Amino acid sequence: MTKPESEWTWKELTVGNVVLEPGNASQYRTGDWKTLIPILDKERCVHCGLCYIFCPDMAYSLNPEGYFIVDAYYCKGCGICAKECPTGAIKMVVEEEK
Amino acid sequence: MGKRVGMEVSIAAAEAVKQVDVDVISAYPITPQTHIVEHLSELVANGELDADFVPVESEHTALSVCMGSEATGARSFTCTSSQGLALMSELTYITSALRLPIVMILANRTLSGPLSIWNDHSDVMSIRDCGWIQIFTENGQDVYDQVFCAYKMAEKREVLFPVIINMDGFTLSHVIEPIELIDQEKIDAFLPPYDPLYRLHPDRPITMGAFALPSIFAETKQAHEVALRASAPHIVDTWKAFGEMSGRHYTPIETYKAEDAETLLVTMGSFGETASVAVDMMRQEGRSVGLMKIRLWRPFPFEDFKKAALRAKNLVVIDRAVSVGGPGGPVASELKAALFGENQRPMVYDFVAGISGRDVSPSDYVKMVDKAEIEIEEGNKEGFEIYGVRG
Repeated sequence: MTKPESEWTWKELTVGNVVLEPGNASQYRTGDWKTLIPILDKERCVHCGLCYIFCPDMAYSLNPEGYFIVDAYYCKGCGICAKECPTGAIKMVVEEEK
Repeated sequence: MGKRVGMEVSIAAAEAVKQVDVDVISAYPITPQTHIVEHLSELVANGELDADFVPVESEHTALSVCMGSEATGARSFTCTSSQGLALMSELTYITSALRLPIVMILANRTLSGPLSIWNDHSDVMSIRDCGWIQIFTENGQDVYDQVFCAYKMAEKREVLFPVIINMDGFTLSHVIEPIELIDQEKIDAFLPPYDPLYRLHPDRPITMGAFALPSIFAETKQAHEVALRASAPHIVDTWKAFGEMSGRHYTPIETYKAEDAETLLVTMGSFGETASVAVDMMRQEGRSVGLMKIRLWRPFPFEDFKKAALRAKNLVVIDRAVSVGGPGGPVASELKAALFGENQRPMVYDFVAGISGRDVSPSDYVKMVDKAEIEIEEGNKEGFEIYGVRG
């Protein structure tokens, strides 16, 4: 997709609204649904990866330092990661106040 | 010229589906559509038609199967009536949005309740706005012919819309009529194999039926609206080509003794034949009455309709469904809307007649014209009634 769909005119749509480019759901920004965002206390993190495993949106990925970091573009703020974190290293905070 | 045979219209319809060489048939039996799918099932089982016949547990699935098969590029057919159409209705909107050129024969039957199996147009009117091409047929030959035309127009790159062929249940579906069959070589020349614009194939992944956010949905509807309207000339071209091939000519609006008529009866479907007898009777009495038959219901042929209607003083519209608590019958209310912008327009009197299979004989049309002409003369501008109701 060369531009956001909110800029497409009706004449630019494919017949039947067929999507010709595979995998473009990754461009869908679900991150703007959230009010809460997880923040990580690296002191308490034991690198277990449960946040990464439980995240329903696959918003977590491993960074070069060995921490699992959330991608705010996708995170919907559900809080499952914070709930599952065995050491309490993840806290949900109101996004504007982070 | 092809062979002329006596044949039940449902069987003729099934034979036409065989002649277009469909790849997939999926349907669930429901009266009065049953004979069509039963015969197709036999043709597949006997090896006379090389197609997959997919028996399903519901009409919802029947159309879903056809959408899947059509999406892979397989020419697909389904057929239903009444409650069956109601059950598949949610898919009808999706089929047209996906621009899948499926053809469906709808053996028109009353939507219950009360429970009824007989003929009227309440089933198709319940999905009036589903975005398909919708054609009404007058007799058995018409049904047989429209199967070829439907696939031809539907599969054109400029069209790519599903088509509903409406045939009146029992009045057409269960009646034996003389049908002129078309030679297979002629059909093969008329209808080339389906060449889809997009198709589902593992080697080239695409997505059909993606979710649309509010930011894009209105644009998809605009595209649908413009494309369905733009299909009209291609529908007309298809009928022209068919006429050249078969000698039988079809147009969006057909008229009979209408040129100089003060009053026009307006019908859709098989009622046109009876109404033409009534017109002859009234003409013999020296009355200025003609007939307009609407063949193409969607996209609605506004210009053709106005051309025929604006010459007349009165339109007596025979509706086959009631918009309960609304503006009367759906056909009359649309015709009134189509005429609203005209300075000199005919008066429209609306009869809902023959609902759920009640007979409407030529003399009934005469009575309706009598009543309408008197009412209009007396200044009744909102004439609407369910014809022949006791009490």
